[in-house]
Amino acid sequence: MPTTAELIKFIFGRLTIDALPLDEPIIMGTFVMVALGGLTVAGLITRFKLWGYLWKEWFTSIDHKKIGVMYIVLGVVMLLRGFADALMMRAQQAMSFGSSHGYLPPSHYDQVFSAHGVIMIFFVAMPLVVGLMNLVVPLQIGARDVSFPFLNNFSFWMTVGGAVIVMMSLFIGNFARTGWLAYPPLSGIGASPDVGVDYYIWGLQVAGIGTLLSGVNLVITIIKMRAPGMTLMRMPIFTWTALCTNILIVASFPVLTVVLALLSLDRYVGAHFFTNTLGGDPMMYVNLIWIWGHPEVYILILPAFGVFSEVVSTFSGKRLFGYTSMVYATVAITVLAYVVWLHHFFTMGAGADVNAFFGITTMIISIPTGAKIFNWLFTMYRGRVRFELPMLWTLGFMVTFVIGGMTGVLLAVPSADFVLHNSLFLIAHFHNVIIGGVVFGMFAGINYWFPKAFGFKLEPFWGKVSFWCWLVGFYLAFMPLYVLGLMGVTRRLSHFDDMSLRPWFLIAALGAGVILVGILAFLAQIAVSIMKREELRDLTGDPWNGRTLEWSTSSPPPAYNFAFTPVVHQQDAWWDMKTHGYQRPVAGFIPIHMPRNTGAGLVLAGFATACGIGMVWHMWWLAALGLFVVIGGAIVHSFNEDRDFHIPASDVIAVEGERTEALRNVA
Amino acid sequence: MVVMNPSGDIALQQRDLVLLSTGLMLLIIVPVIGLTLFIAWKYRESNTAAPYDPEWHHSTRLEFAVWGAPLAIIMVLGAVTWVTCHTLDPYRSLSRLGPNRPIPAGVKPLEVDVVALDWKWLFIYPELGVASVNELAAPVDRPLAFKITASTVMNSLAMPAIAGQIYAMPGMQTQLHAVINQPGVYDGFSGNYSGAGFSGMRFKVRGLSDADFATWAANARAGDARLTREAYVGLTQPSQNQPVSYFASVDPGLFLDIVDQCAASGDGCKRGDAMHAAMKLAVAEKVLCGPDGKPLPPRQTR
Amino acid sequence: MSKAHSSAVHTPSDRLTFHLAEEHHPESSTLLGFWIYLMSDCLLFAGLFATYGVLGRAYAGGPTGAELFDLPTVALNTAFLLCSSITYGMAMIAVQEERKQQTLMWLGITGLFGLGFIGLELKEFTHLILEGNGPQRSAFLSSFFTLVGTHGLHVTCGIIWLVTLMTQVSRRGLNAVTKRRLMCLSLFWHFLDVIWIGVFSFVYLIGAM
Repeated sequence: MPTTAELIKFIFGRLTIDALPLDEPIIMGTFVMVALGGLTVAGLITRFKLWGYLWKEWFTSIDHKKIGVMYIVLGVVMLLRGFADALMMRAQQAMSFGSSHGYLPPSHYDQVFSAHGVIMIFFVAMPLVVGLMNLVVPLQIGARDVSFPFLNNFSFWMTVGGAVIVMMSLFIGNFARTGWLAYPPLSGIGASPDVGVDYYIWGLQVAGIGTLLSGVNLVITIIKMRAPGMTLMRMPIFTWTALCTNILIVASFPVLTVVLALLSLDRYVGAHFFTNTLGGDPMMYVNLIWIWGHPEVYILILPAFGVFSEVVSTFSGKRLFGYTSMVYATVAITVLAYVVWLHHFFTMGAGADVNAFFGITTMIISIPTGAKIFNWLFTMYRGRVRFELPMLWTLGFMVTFVIGGMTGVLLAVPSADFVLHNSLFLIAHFHNVIIGGVVFGMFAGINYWFPKAFGFKLEPFWGKVSFWCWLVGFYLAFMPLYVLGLMGVTRRLSHFDDMSLRPWFLIAALGAGVILVGILAFLAQIAVSIMKREELRDLTGDPWNGRTLEWSTSSPPPAYNFAFTPVVHQQDAWWDMKTHGYQRPVAGFIPIHMPRNTGAGLVLAGFATACGIGMVWHMWWLAALGLFVVIGGAIVHSFNEDRDFHIPASDVIAVEGERTEALRNVA
Repeated sequence: MVVMNPSGDIALQQRDLVLLSTGLMLLIIVPVIGLTLFIAWKYRESNTAAPYDPEWHHSTRLEFAVWGAPLAIIMVLGAVTWVTCHTLDPYRSLSRLGPNRPIPAGVKPLEVDVVALDWKWLFIYPELGVASVNELAAPVDRPLAFKITASTVMNSLAMPAIAGQIYAMPGMQTQLHAVINQPGVYDGFSGNYSGAGFSGMRFKVRGLSDADFATWAANARAGDARLTREAYVGLTQPSQNQPVSYFASVDPGLFLDIVDQCAASGDGCKRGDAMHAAMKLAVAEKVLCGPDGKPLPPRQTR
Repeated sequence: MSKAHSSAVHTPSDRLTFHLAEEHHPESSTLLGFWIYLMSDCLLFAGLFATYGVLGRAYAGGPTGAELFDLPTVALNTAFLLCSSITYGMAMIAVQEERKQQTLMWLGITGLFGLGFIGLELKEFTHLILEGNGPQRSAFLSSFFTLVGTHGLHVTCGIIWLVTLMTQVSRRGLNAVTKRRLMCLSLFWHFLDVIWIGVFSFVYLIGAM
């Protein structure tokens, strides 16, 4: 008979009451707020009897548009968490001078900056990018859905599962205190024996599987599902960048899986991959993680480039300048993304030849990137530029991004990097390209495609407030960091002795506050837009005078996207159709073959998440159960033959009839 | 801004490189920003006077310029990179003390062995037989040759006034060559996050005249603390914001044993168990040498 | 090609059709999708091979490959896996000829070879671990166990998948779905064979020298 203690140990693993942060007022306060917020939302959903609707129409949906929207919602929710971390860091660094040690002890502060990086990259930027690709790509290529709609739903829930694991660490146990890439030996079992790094590993493993499968899915969708006539060189640029990004995902995420698996073997079974002894090699981790990590940067930025290409062309009322060179530039960046990883650690003692090689390959990336910037410029040239919200974000990007590009090339010169590596100059640089590039790109994309997804435009006033706050806030928050970097201040410090640094940190904190207003204004923009949706309603499906196929269907598009599959003769297929006076067919509708919704993805991802949580807390029964159900469930699901159905022609006629009516009213 | 106004020849050359690269890139960045704003404004929708050509999308000459301009800048910068990578290679012995100041004949570099510990710095001066914690002293205008390692986790030896940084990594040895040109007190710290005590891993770099340096060394020798292997084990215990201290003597061969992760016992790694017990706090539950007692082969990063 | 069409923009010709009147049937994406997945799996193995390449000589004073590897057993193991690839090929031929029973028989034989392979591998692993040469012993053994073990894990998954498909074939016969799935598993199985040839030569043969 096992004793009670043994039984408790078996059930709870290493989870004890001490893992709850009962003595940490900041975390408990956050917990109470989050719990209250969650209960309120759940209560409202129950009150308005929305659970059934959410389950049927959203959670189990295999519609790429809804999955895309859910990804974006996830990204925005996680942005709030990641940004709260940012505010905490800015506050700590502005306060912690001389005799004051701020309000966060290192044990907490170190978790905050680690979580900030992990959340912003994996659970904000990635969901936004993947969500936008999911929403837009099938529409742009004239497809009814992605190639593997069920897999798409599963991928989404795996991403949510990863986010849940990372968020759990806030309230139960703690998160990694290692920085966002968890370099060993610091992340090894010796220096980090608690659950923090395990939360990190399993959160990323679960989400990483989702991302990888979603990458496979979108690659195949773009290769196989394009409308007739849409050759590769007629694809919209956003689709091109999506193709390249997903190829990068497929070809880099396995390396992340491997390196995290090896780290977990070190931690769980005492292997010696990255240990200091018995032949382990910590530098191998650094190499492997950056072989994934650098392509990851381009995974994020390429779709943003795609958004800007679409936006510039649409809002200049003009064909994109240098389409072909844009495509080649994208492909060149994709290839080069794999041969630059060592520039993240020039300072680890690689030889001069090696450093020079990786420095120069890094600089070479700026050539296609520069070409892209010029091409956007010349797209505006002799156009009719409309300063709508997406265009504002794009202009903000073009001005901001080139500065980040310049400091990036500077950091790529190894001998200059020696004095700037890991300094706040580096922090300023990558925020300059990630905020100025990816975040601005996602906001441009959200403002651009929101009317497509929901049928009404986003409200411009709050949108402009959001834009200007982000832009000004960015410069206030990060230009001081460039200065501080040149003053020799390194990253991840929680305390400073030199009072002369303080004004710069105060300005940076102010900038973070302005960005906060920008985020709140964005939320206000959404709320106001929903309230004023009738005023902002777009019945045409083409509110911006668009050029690509997504604007040819209604907003929001019907479940089947296109009643008839479009035929493409040219780049900018919808523009082509419009110039030819294309008449939308109003008769001859036929039944449409569609996949059926299923809850299997959510259930499987839920158990995969449970497996990860079991591994974190050494609840082996939970890990085994989770894994068993995932495998067993996948097998059971493979026996399910009831996966698709036909939307009857009568339904199509009804939906398309409404659209005909709406279009007539507009005219 | 210490990076822009350094006090050592290596950092000075790196500063010049930063300025040169920035200048080169500004040649293209400034026009791009200007053009962006200008073109966007000029071709605004309300300006109907501006030409509008919705189908204009290709120009071979412009394409050449679009690809050629960045290419030209990168070719120049690439050449600069290749050359400076070699001339400013931290592993390369210094060839000068400063612009037009060759190293006088017979001057040998001062070797300093650096160990990043949890969370402080240990500097061993083999030539003087002394060691210091959290303070680095060196004579001005004498080449310095650093050999760098760490006890448990990765750190980075950063002294922006003197030279660019280089990582300090356990079980490995990296190198840095530098020189201090002006007497003074400069900041040193770890450039790579290493855990709870990271913020306090600061030290002062004292650039001293030869006479002052001799006084400093004599002062270090005057104490009675000796850096034996036992004392080293004591030092490896994690501590934060450690005050400066000196060791009047250093056990021979200690630094190499530290690099090999076998420094805790007098005779290499043969008493693995005792060492295991002693090092437990620093590296929980880790055996630091092969269980057969053989020291592990030293690793260098190249 | 874009040029040829750009001239068409200004011509008001309406003879171009801009939609299909009938349902569009893009060709099935499953096989290509599985291929792409296999390529990502291949990169996973590439990562493990690279790791082994870096750490494969880090014996840390412990035993070397030459001291540990029992080449005859591994040769037998290799033979099992190669034979299983051939029998899977036979199964696919039977699929093409629409012979259900024969398909099931060859699949069964393939599975038995797979089980034999896993059995021998487990025996080798147990032996090594009991001798004190587990993955904790040295970086070399860590990378050895991980590379070979990951392959073994893949084969195990392959066997589970094989049994699942045998059930589906016996229940539903050889229809489009089961055929497509058998084709995917076929790719997977041969892929694992190729990986094993890499493991055998890179780890065992070179290691035993």
